[in-house]
Amino acid sequence: MNRKAVNWSLGVGAPLLLVALWWTLSSTSTNTFFPPLSIILERFQALWLFDHFTSDVLLSLRNLLLGYALATVIGVGLGFIIALVPVARWVLDPLIHFFRGIPPVALVPIFISLIGFGVEMRLLSITLAALFPTLIATVDGIRSVDSGLKDVSAVYRLTRREKMVQVYLPAAGPHIASGMQVSLQVAFIVMIASEMLGSSQGIGAMTLLAQQSFMISDMWAGILLLGIIGFAANLLFEIIKNKVLAWYVGSKRLARTA
Amino acid sequence: MAEANVSSDATVRLRVDGLAKSYGTGDKAKVVIEDLTFTVNAGEMVCIVGPSGVGKTTLLKCLAGLQPATRGQASIDGRTISGPPPEMALVFQDYNRSLMPWLTVRKNLMLPLRHLRLPAAEAKERCDSALEAVGLSHAEHQYPWQLSGGMQQRVAIARALAYRPEILIMDEPFASVDAQTRFDLEDLCLKIRQDFGMTILVVTHDIDEAVYLSDRVVVLGSKPAKVLKIVDVDLPAPRDQITTRSLPEFARQRTDVLSLIKRPA
Repeated sequence: MNRKAVNWSLGVGAPLLLVALWWTLSSTSTNTFFPPLSIILERFQALWLFDHFTSDVLLSLRNLLLGYALATVIGVGLGFIIALVPVARWVLDPLIHFFRGIPPVALVPIFISLIGFGVEMRLLSITLAALFPTLIATVDGIRSVDSGLKDVSAVYRLTRREKMVQVYLPAAGPHIASGMQVSLQVAFIVMIASEMLGSSQGIGAMTLLAQQSFMISDMWAGILLLGIIGFAANLLFEIIKNKVLAWYVGSKRLARTA
Repeated sequence: MAEANVSSDATVRLRVDGLAKSYGTGDKAKVVIEDLTFTVNAGEMVCIVGPSGVGKTTLLKCLAGLQPATRGQASIDGRTISGPPPEMALVFQDYNRSLMPWLTVRKNLMLPLRHLRLPAAEAKERCDSALEAVGLSHAEHQYPWQLSGGMQQRVAIARALAYRPEILIMDEPFASVDAQTRFDLEDLCLKIRQDFGMTILVVTHDIDEAVYLSDRVVVLGSKPAKVLKIVDVDLPAPRDQITTRSLPEFARQRTDVLSLIKRPA
């Protein structure tokens, strides 16, 4: 218990210490590219709380969330089909491995030329890029469902639907979750990249614009916000994952201590 | 056709008739089971013994309709088994891989029952009585991985009980539990048969266990598997781990079976 408390305070204390260090070291800075933290925070408040909050922050977050949700649904659904329908596997497997080899950001210029600079382009980029990690993890997860569990489902004559929902999906859950976590990071990267490359709206676009207009404090404020969003998104994901996969987390912990 | 040692008035529930199973085809075919013929009567407890690797698990998979036979057939009440039969439940050897780790004990029991679309009250009653029969009422909200091996196997047995099969098949169900648990589980089997009137077929490599449990022992020889002999076990009815096992008759029966298996093919 005591050790846990120490670990916690280290985990919270170290970042706070770094921020304090940044604050003091930068307080007298006259370097244009490294403005004092106090000024960055002032700009942060002026920009994001709440001048551009609805117009840019919410817009970015909405794209991220929507694109990610679509990628998850399509990834898991398609993953089931590829893992369970041999024909689909033969047709789609090479295609998937080709497309996932392309860095997602490289697709953004193609989408810009195909469908322009709109929200649809950004949404499509995010969805497509975030699709592959979840898809591949789902296929892996379902293919590695224990044959013992499959036999049990057969002996108790579960229907196809019952097998999918009550056996395959939970059994592949840990795999799917790790895929979804990677997808989340990719979605975040592509969200920013798509805004920087093909938009005048959103956090990414604003940050790049600030840099190009030599508003260095604004640029730093943008980076700070992106860091906070990325951190919060991952934290939220972990919390949900640990709740949904409590059985998995628990059994792993028990296996470690046993 | 009928087995010589089956009394004429008993009803045959499960019939295995010239069953053969091989994997692969042509020259590369690997024959696992050559030619098996035996029957199990209604309400009977039959054990199948044989050296490990003789194809006992393959046989059970054919009986459970998980794999098709290459030749011959298995039938229940005269109907050929071509898929998992509704009146049958199977307890697997490896409890680790047969319980759903994401479900609590009770929910593991409920999974097959949900498929049967039973009224909630009946499903609950079946779960309660099955858990009580295996002595795990206190563990219903725990996950399988929180339990010991013996307890997990009891959960798997309880799941089969709650399903209320007419025929229960068990594949080396006590192979990976300690000796004391093993005795308890054997007695649990005998109690199940008495309480639920099930027809039970147990595969084991433990000859003592086979003699202790069975009305008849089917002795398999290797390889490929064929029936060496079907031994009637005439031990008095309420069997007891201490008194039954110390009977001279018990020693004689187990020697009979053992010498069949030990004899060079």
